[in-house]
Formats: sequence, structure tokens, C-alpha cells
Amino acid sequence: MFEVFFPILFLFVLAVVIALIMSGLSVFIGKRTKLGKKDEPYECGVEPVGNTKEPVPVKFYMVAILFILFDIEVIFLFPWAVISDRLGMFGFIEMVVFVVILLVGYFYILKRGALEWD
Amino acid sequence: MFEIVVITVIKVSVVMMAILTGCAYSTWLERKVLARMQNRVGPTYAGPFGLLQPVADGLKIIFKEDLVPKNAEKVMFALAPIVTFVPAILTFAVIPFGADRILFGHHVKMVISDLNIGVLWIFAVTSLGIYGIILAGWSSGSKYSLMGGLRASAQMISYEVSYGLSIIGVIILANTLSLTEIISKQSSDSIWFFENWYIWKQPLGFFLYLTCAIAETNRAPFDMAEAESELVAGYHTEYSSMRFSMFFIAEYANMLAVSSVGAVLFFGGWNGPVLPSILWFLIKVFLFMFFYIWLRATFPRFRYDQLMSFGWKVLFPLALLNTMVTAGFKMIK
Repeated sequence: MFEVFFPILFLFVLAVVIALIMSGLSVFIGKRTKLGKKDEPYECGVEPVGNTKEPVPVKFYMVAILFILFDIEVIFLFPWAVISDRLGMFGFIEMVVFVVILLVGYFYILKRGALEWD
Repeated sequence: MFEIVVITVIKVSVVMMAILTGCAYSTWLERKVLARMQNRVGPTYAGPFGLLQPVADGLKIIFKEDLVPKNAEKVMFALAPIVTFVPAILTFAVIPFGADRILFGHHVKMVISDLNIGVLWIFAVTSLGIYGIILAGWSSGSKYSLMGGLRASAQMISYEVSYGLSIIGVIILANTLSLTEIISKQSSDSIWFFENWYIWKQPLGFFLYLTCAIAETNRAPFDMAEAESELVAGYHTEYSSMRFSMFFIAEYANMLAVSSVGAVLFFGGWNGPVLPSILWFLIKVFLFMFFYIWLRATFPRFRYDQLMSFGWKVLFPLALLNTMVTAGFKMIK
């Protein structure tokens, strides 16, 4: 247990420390000047209009929901793939049934136009 | 116990240095190769063949001003580069980069942690990188960043599904999630040392893996996240100095990670004759990286709706088909 998880923990701590050092470097070493409108958001030289805390197109939420549904189904395939030898024909047929159900849902969202992007 | 701690500390530090150096020199490689493909010279002044260019860039970028836009969410803005950087590094925790060795009388495994669910670990950790990107886009308080962040996250989660599916074929063949075991199943003693590589049994799976990996790392031709011509630089438009470079290091670390995983899953990892195993691994990763850069020099960028429908309507059904056909073939045998 220790042999497996300690290296990951150490790598994580090291990565965080290095990330903190790196993002701190410029804050302390980099030069600082307060000149005019430097801290305005970038807008090709014209004055920015409005703010960014506005609703975003609902398409993005749709994609996120579909992702969660399908990714969970992908995760179901992993344990089966690992022991597919031991499960044999029974496991295979079960999975075919599972994938057919998945495809029914897939064709439903396809027909309803959830994947159209315009 | 003490032995494990010492070995771990040395191993992790060496790998960490290797990743960071690898990222730095990937930028050099990219600039040099791109330049050559476009009939230019690329970096030449700093050192022989411009080899000191990454060092010069790094030093320069440290001394740049760290700007925070006035309507940014300060805490999230500072957190986003770290959240992007850390998962990119963590992927390397399970990647085996060489055969076991006896060093100074100790049996050393050439992998940071031989996790028995290595493949799952890689997927879990790569997904976390999305948080950094969406945080960066949202917290910058700039419209370009917001658009870039939204696009990048939608793209990455769309391709995540096919990315996961594309390697289930390999897992069905290998019947394990441990990367070390997947490599050992691809080894061969005959003169045709590449006969057991999974690329021969999973050509479609490899194509799907490669495509999704490019989309996952936001690289050309799927670099919608930072489509320069429309979004300035996407989610890191407002970032400057070292924080900006952290996004780049994370991007190159991700590229190195998916290249390593591709080499492990489809090209037998460190298996190979004559040369030392670590060198074989590096050669394979290098070829992947070269291919990445080659793609960037060759293909124009996708349009966003094309990209999304390609992911959902082409790659996803193909990946599902690949999985079921692989399983079917294995049942017949």
C-alpha cells in the first residue's frame, strides 16, 4: 500500500510546491508599473463593452449533461473489459444488450437534434 | 520503509526534472520543426542550433510583469494555472519508462508508482485539467477568455467519451488496467520484436486514441481553445509572465503524457531490442511529439460545429463499434 501510494502523494506535493513557486516567481521578481489602463481586459484597443457575467448559450450545458451520461456508461465498460475473459459469452451478450440500450438513447438525442451545433 | 522513501524521493525528483526539461525542449522542437516545414530557420542565436532558447525564454518570462485584470476574480485567477499544471504532472505517476533495474544494489522499478488501476488513474487525472481551463476562462473577466474557456471545456468533455472508449479495446486484449502488465504482454523475444504490439490488433482503436488525444490536449487541428484568429489566445488571453507560461508547460506536459500513454498502450512501451529500454521509450514518445508538430504544420483548424459533430457523430459510434468488434473477436477465439 505504502509503496504504491506514497510516491503519488510525494509527486502531488512536489507538483503543488513547484506550481506555487512558479506562479509566485513573477509576482515577486517581475517588474511592476502602474500605467494607465493596463489592467483593462483585452479588447483590441477599443473600450470593452458590458461584462462577462452573462448567461452562456444553453448548448454548453447540454453537452455537459450528455457527457456525464455517456461517460458513466463508458466507465461501466471498464470493469467488464478487465474480466471479459472470465465472464465469457455470458458477459459479452450482457454487454451487447447494454450497448444496444445505450445506442437507443444515442439515436434519440441524435434525432432530437441535441448534437446539432447552430 | 526508509529505503522506499529514499528511492521515491530520488525517482520523483528525477522524473520531475525530466518532465520540466522535456516540456521546455518540446517548445524548442516545435519551433524548430515548424520553422523547417515552413522553410524558415527557427531559433538559431541562443546557443548551438538555438538549443539555449528555452532557457532564455524562461529567464525572460520570469522578469515580466504579472498583470491581473481589474474585473478578474483574483483568487480563482491565481488558482487556475496551478489547477491546470498539477494534473498534467500527476499523469506521469503511473507511466512506466523502462525495465526494472538493479541500481546500487537496490531493485528499482522504472515507474513512479505501479498502480494496478493505472489506466483509470490517467483518465481521472486528465479530466481534472478541464477545471483549470474553465476557471481560467471564467475568472479572467474578459470575453475572449470566457469564450475560449467555454469552447475548450465543451470540446474536451466531448472527446473525453471517445477517448475513454478508444482504449477499452486494448484493455479487453490485455485484461488488466496496470500499465506495467500491458507492456509486459506486448513483449516478444523473436526477431520481430514488434509482433505483439497492440497497434496491429487495434488499428482503429489507435486512430481513435490519437484523434481524441489531440483534441484533449487542444492541439492543432483541434485548437479551438486558442483559435488565434478569432479568440486572441482563448482562455489564457489575460495571463502574463510565469502564470502564462504555466499554461504552456501544462499543455506540453499533457502532450508528453498522451504521447507516453499512446506509446505504452499501442507500441509496447519500453520494449525493443539492443538499445536500453529507457531510450526506446524516449524514441517512441519523440515520434509521437514529432507527429503532433507535423499535424500542426499540415492541417488548417476545424470549425467549431464541425469539431463537435465529428466528436459525437463519428468518433463515438466508431469507438463503440471498435470495442464491441474487439470483444466479439475475442469471444470467437
